[in-house]
Amino acid sequence: MAVSNHHGSSPAGDGLSELLPGEHSYRSLGERIGSIVLNQNKHRWPWYVVFFIAFALLQVMMLSITWLLWRGVGIWGINIPVAWGFDIINFVWWIGIGHAGTLISAILLLLRQQWRNSINRFAEAMTLFAVACAGLFPLLHTGRPWLAYWMLPYPNVLAMWPQFRSPLLWDVFAVSTYATVSALFWFVGLIPDLGSLRDRARSPILKGIFGVLAMGWRGSAQHWARYETAYLTLAGLSTPLVLSVHTIVSFDFAVSIVPGWHTTIFPPYFVAGAVYAGFAMVLTLAIPVRKWYGLEDLITMKHMDWMAKIMLATGLVVFYGYICEAFYAFYSGNKFEIYMMTNRMFGPYAWSYWALIFCNGVVPQFLWFPQVRYNLFWLFVISQVVSVGMWLERFVIIVVSLHRDYLPANWGMYYPTIWDWGLYLGTIGQFTFLMFGFIRVLPMINIFEMKDLWHRIIHRGHGRVAHAGDGRHGGAMAPGTVQPLGSPAADVEG
Amino acid sequence: MERVAESPIYGLVAEFSDPESLLQAAERTREAGYRRIDAYSPFPVHGLAEAIGFKDNWLPWIIFLAGVTGTIAGFALQIYALAIDYPHNVGGRPLISWPAFVPVSFETTILLASFGAVIGMLGLNGLPRPHHPIFNTPRFELASQDRFFLCIEATDPLFDIERTEQFLESLGPDAVSIVER
Repeated sequence: MAVSNHHGSSPAGDGLSELLPGEHSYRSLGERIGSIVLNQNKHRWPWYVVFFIAFALLQVMMLSITWLLWRGVGIWGINIPVAWGFDIINFVWWIGIGHAGTLISAILLLLRQQWRNSINRFAEAMTLFAVACAGLFPLLHTGRPWLAYWMLPYPNVLAMWPQFRSPLLWDVFAVSTYATVSALFWFVGLIPDLGSLRDRARSPILKGIFGVLAMGWRGSAQHWARYETAYLTLAGLSTPLVLSVHTIVSFDFAVSIVPGWHTTIFPPYFVAGAVYAGFAMVLTLAIPVRKWYGLEDLITMKHMDWMAKIMLATGLVVFYGYICEAFYAFYSGNKFEIYMMTNRMFGPYAWSYWALIFCNGVVPQFLWFPQVRYNLFWLFVISQVVSVGMWLERFVIIVVSLHRDYLPANWGMYYPTIWDWGLYLGTIGQFTFLMFGFIRVLPMINIFEMKDLWHRIIHRGHGRVAHAGDGRHGGAMAPGTVQPLGSPAADVEG
Repeated sequence: MERVAESPIYGLVAEFSDPESLLQAAERTREAGYRRIDAYSPFPVHGLAEAIGFKDNWLPWIIFLAGVTGTIAGFALQIYALAIDYPHNVGGRPLISWPAFVPVSFETTILLASFGAVIGMLGLNGLPRPHHPIFNTPRFELASQDRFFLCIEATDPLFDIERTEQFLESLGPDAVSIVER
């Protein structure tokens, strides 16, 4: 985005036209993406089916939360020794899923990967909604969420401050900062597109809503210059932020002395695992959505291929983490560490460990084959397996480490209740509900970045100055013939 | 200047069909000596800000200062809370155990710098601003779709309605319009 790349000198530049195949124009790109919002008739039965199921699960979440607030955390399966059950598993799982959004929007932007343009908006929304789901769990796990503000530093009558030396408090700051910055980044990316929708909307109400949200964006070159500085800086700020968030989440474990938690490999392998799980979720959502909305030429198989490759690479890092964990446990010579590892592999929860190795160690290896990466069915299946695998990883780390630590007298088993499952499935409903709501009210692909990409494609190798007579300039229209917006060709709002 | 400011005319706007023509026109306008010019495009066109002679380095400084404020505020908060207002001994650690204060200070740095970036960008751009005279340009709703506009504002010292219009016509635009406030 920052440097024009007309001659295709970078590796990404060579395959630019693969990212946006076919004939487009600036107008058609805006219409394709914008009409999903402006023309509500575009939403067919799959949207309604998914939205309905998600809404039903959302009610399960509401019910689970209501009953929890009424009766207290005793309705969950948590108890000593496993006091961190599903709630912390799900917290880490969701926050990890969110991380792929930031990776796509920030890190790939800094690395000038043009292919991020068609998936970044979508992935950023995923980040926001995943963080919203994640935040619920520790909040409810406190037992009295109405006192959650006690975690914040404010002058109070108790004359008490939060414990700033605790990773749990670092988590409060990390996750709330992450949620705020992700929302800012997402909103800044939306401003020009909201302006575009404002100019395309025909109903005065929609025009008004998009007009207010666009804040009077007019596409001035001066504004664009500052906009790009701000956007790039936000990407630069989000990159260390996203690494810090999952590092701090891993500190929740690594700073303690529980066998299986107290290891230095946690921060890097948690971050890799987060990206791995996040890409699985992006694929899970992108594969059906691009088909239902006919976006196959905007989110191409090349995108799928690259996402699968990132999943494979981060999956290998995660698997390396598992190997290191096992190695260090035995190499330490510490009998509690050694017992922790043998208990993981052969104890009462051995099934979860071997299922984890199968999901995160074995299954992703199929992604080495291009035939698998280019097969949407298998890619979708593998993404599901990876999501399950990453959930199991947190189960193994949390439950299996806690249930047998130092004193055999304190050993116990963990049995989740229906309310644990209800809240977990409920947040999946909430996430899907928010995602599908978002698809309907905001452009799910960044319109101006796609226009910019198209501009690069049609001018690659042409130099900076336009060639007269190149029919592709300015899109499919001949110069001078201006089609007003809202001509019969344009879409109808429903 | 007084007289110009009261003029009902905001400027003259030329419309182009592709970013290259706009960029070339902007460069020629600047060469012709016009200074109060602006260009409008549906996506960022690289080199356009330089072509209209726009240079502004405030934003990085705002972000930097906001970030530094965040770092200082983060450390100050923790030192005040744990060493001054309510000093208590945790496992024999020093009261100002600064390595443990790094994560929170890091997060406050990022938080304030990000707000600095967003609020600074909007503030310097004069947004939110629901209405602006440039919106009076015919077909300006296409500036967010696929048309490219160049405006010479009436406050420019060289602005002369007839000569400027002739000049803009010489750049080969699809249309030139007089835009009122």
